[in-house]
Amino acid sequence: MKRSLEMAVALPVEEAVNALEPVRITKIGRREFLKLTGLVGGGLMLSFTGLRAAATATAGALAPNGFLRIDSEGITLYAKNPEIGQGVKTSLPMIVAEELDAAWEDVEVVQSPIDAETYGPQVAGGSNSVRVNWDLLRTAGATARAMLVGAAAVRLGVPPAELATRDSHVVHAGSGARLRYTELADATAGMPVPPAGTLALKSPDQYRLLGTRVTGVDNEALVRGEALFGIDQSLPGMKYAVYQKCPAQGGRVKSFNASEIKSLPGVHDVFSLEGNDNPLELMPGVAIVADSTWAALSAKRQLRVEWDESTAARDSWSDAVAQAGRLRHEAGATRVVEAGDVDAALAAGAQRLESFYTYHFASHAQLEPQNCVARFANGAVELWAPTQTPHRGIGNVANTLGIPPERVTVHQARCGGGFGRRLYNDFMCEAAAIAARVDGPVKLQWTREDDMSHDLFRAGGFHQLEASLDGEGGVTGLRDHFITFADRGRPVSGGSFRPGVFPSGLIDNLRLEETALDWRTRCGAWRAPFSNVFGFVIESFIHELATAAGRDHLEVMLEIFGEPRWLEPGNPRVLHTGRAAGVVRLAAEQAGWGRAMPAGRGLGLAFYFSHAGHVAEVADVSVDAEKQIKVHRVTVAADVGPIINLSGAENQLEGSVIDGLSTMAGLSVTFENGRVEQSNFDAYPMLRMPDAPQVDVHFVASDFPPSGLGEPALPPLAPAVCNAVFAATGHRIRTLPISEEGFSIG
Amino acid sequence: MRLNVNGREHELTGVDPNAPLLWVLRDGLGLVGAKFGCGISQCGACTVLVDGQPVRSCSYPAGAAVESEVSTVEGLAEPDGRLSAVQQAWVDLDVAQCGYCQAGQIMAAEALLRSNPSPSDADIDRAMAPNLCRCGTYLRIRKAIKLAAAKRAEGGQS
Repeated sequence: MKRSLEMAVALPVEEAVNALEPVRITKIGRREFLKLTGLVGGGLMLSFTGLRAAATATAGALAPNGFLRIDSEGITLYAKNPEIGQGVKTSLPMIVAEELDAAWEDVEVVQSPIDAETYGPQVAGGSNSVRVNWDLLRTAGATARAMLVGAAAVRLGVPPAELATRDSHVVHAGSGARLRYTELADATAGMPVPPAGTLALKSPDQYRLLGTRVTGVDNEALVRGEALFGIDQSLPGMKYAVYQKCPAQGGRVKSFNASEIKSLPGVHDVFSLEGNDNPLELMPGVAIVADSTWAALSAKRQLRVEWDESTAARDSWSDAVAQAGRLRHEAGATRVVEAGDVDAALAAGAQRLESFYTYHFASHAQLEPQNCVARFANGAVELWAPTQTPHRGIGNVANTLGIPPERVTVHQARCGGGFGRRLYNDFMCEAAAIAARVDGPVKLQWTREDDMSHDLFRAGGFHQLEASLDGEGGVTGLRDHFITFADRGRPVSGGSFRPGVFPSGLIDNLRLEETALDWRTRCGAWRAPFSNVFGFVIESFIHELATAAGRDHLEVMLEIFGEPRWLEPGNPRVLHTGRAAGVVRLAAEQAGWGRAMPAGRGLGLAFYFSHAGHVAEVADVSVDAEKQIKVHRVTVAADVGPIINLSGAENQLEGSVIDGLSTMAGLSVTFENGRVEQSNFDAYPMLRMPDAPQVDVHFVASDFPPSGLGEPALPPLAPAVCNAVFAATGHRIRTLPISEEGFSIG
Repeated sequence: MRLNVNGREHELTGVDPNAPLLWVLRDGLGLVGAKFGCGISQCGACTVLVDGQPVRSCSYPAGAAVESEVSTVEGLAEPDGRLSAVQQAWVDLDVAQCGYCQAGQIMAAEALLRSNPSPSDADIDRAMAPNLCRCGTYLRIRKAIKLAAAKRAEGGQS
């Protein structure tokens, strides 16, 4: 079935990220695309197999697909996906450059326009960028390389088989001739684009660029303070807007002090918006439009809105905690995964254990507050947006304004962090709706308080676990009753087990059950959705089982993985037990697993599989009498196939460890009467430099297809640290953040 | 209002002296290196130097900077465009992930190295603690400060 953009918009975003893969939507016509990419009047612009069928030959340049252009001036590579800090503006063009055999220092990287017809999906989410685009980008580079070799063969009068390529040159060993790509580009005019099946792609031992350390392509502009981010965008005559929504989601504007606000210095206008009853698009609120950000922010402080909260959320975290405490010993309302006979296994076990785990809601807290520049004129809108899902944003904005998607243009801006928050485009819809009421361009600016009160939160949850062990300390059965949240019957994002969730397929008798509490506030994908908390629960509990059996944790983990195999043969997106065992062994070996530790110090091990990545971590911690934890070192072992940019990959793993530690330490969002109780970073204390541990990173050099690194190294961190705390102290932490149990990181 | 920013005098009209320096730099002068993160001096993304001292410009009234020299990340490079030792270290070690906090980190590092040319790990931690990095690039920031300190010592910079 062909999915439409509208369908994708209606889906939960993590599903939409996948649903968008086969989407074909035309947003920008060919002529406009040429204008945007500067290709008008020159260049051979041919089809990319599978994405574009037309061919246009013009003189002077080689551009056989949307990912590269070579002319006498140089080599330009186009980075298709949003850059949110995961490094794809560098790593994706590196894949093209490798197969093109272009020297990296000869290459200029440019952010591509939003154009599904040319680029396919353009999404930052699901750690998918490298995995999904690997073959596409390799083929893109190899296509141009083959055409350059063909042009050189004609020019030199030798068979193509005698030619090699290196560092942006075609080389003929026999004569010593070296021809620059930039000199050959015009000679490719009129040349047919070779079919993908005829191209020889490199084997890993032929890589010169992939696997090396490359500094990010925007780094120089970043350190000079150039205008890269959404918040930095500016248009002549631009006005500045803020937007106040009800602190409890679903509240509507009853009245507000319009005349007082309008009389304030620098204020042009103040008006309310109804909203479109889609909380992922436009919620009701009051907009203030002013001649500077400060005038708008100052006026917002004077704004007094009376809200109609008859339909607003009344969510309460303390109520949820009380309800979960009552429900934990009951059977779950639904059974999501059922394998073997759990009840019989639990009854027959030589040992039976139970544990109750809790994790709080969390905020994305991406450092750049939401913002968007929008200009509305003649029934069309143009936006400059820091979004992870630009195509989806086009659909959201079109829906909000009631205009066709063809009348919405989005320009990609660098994102000051994503972590999943920018999969959702409410800020784009607000900017568009405000721009539709304003003459000329307008920039919408959220405050940090807006951001924390109207995030799409990582949902909290509760797990009642039971398990049985046989006489040898082997795990025979496991039951997990997940007490979670649903909005009028629909599970919140991350609030439901998925088929195949770890440890499905690894424990013979397994039952995963759910009971959902009613919840109205928006929840959303947060870095490694559901894995970031499920990993803590299951990997802590398996350590509890190993401890109860009096066995080595590493040995029990390896026993659970069993023989090397794909859990679902032929599907590289599921767990491979051999790869899992490989990273667990590597992390343990590198961390010195099994060595004697001084009193108050311990090692903790954890593994998790998410986003096609196998990652194990060992934490080395000591704990003092005040329950302050010092994390000395975290050893990470990851198997994500071949590494594209080693520097970026290491950075992602270091960052995942620090993000994981920051979040588990003390980050909690609580609700009462539908309102978030934390409003800014003073109440949401993220980890700072003095508490950052040493991180040692190891990659398994496997020959599986490459997958992404933005997410899979985060889930093992919290259980590794908590298991280490147990090893050091004998105290089992069963709550995130650990500040709830009196612990701190310091 | 007259403001000296990166060695240049700017005459600004109609500016509220209580407006935070951050918004005067960004909206008034088009210097967007300093970033808005929290508005309450908690994250340091807005860090600039006033008379060589790091301040959180989101909470620093522009009027208080009138008699002072304001330095932002845009003014660090040499007139010929060459990056400062701190900027170059950030590029060489590929410090940034999203990069949003890094202008503030760089300004805090500049202030540190100007007052303490060879800081210890503890000195670095103390000086950099006010600056959050949500992506968690702290380990690279530490290394970059040390690299910049070494380069500055080689180059005879104080």
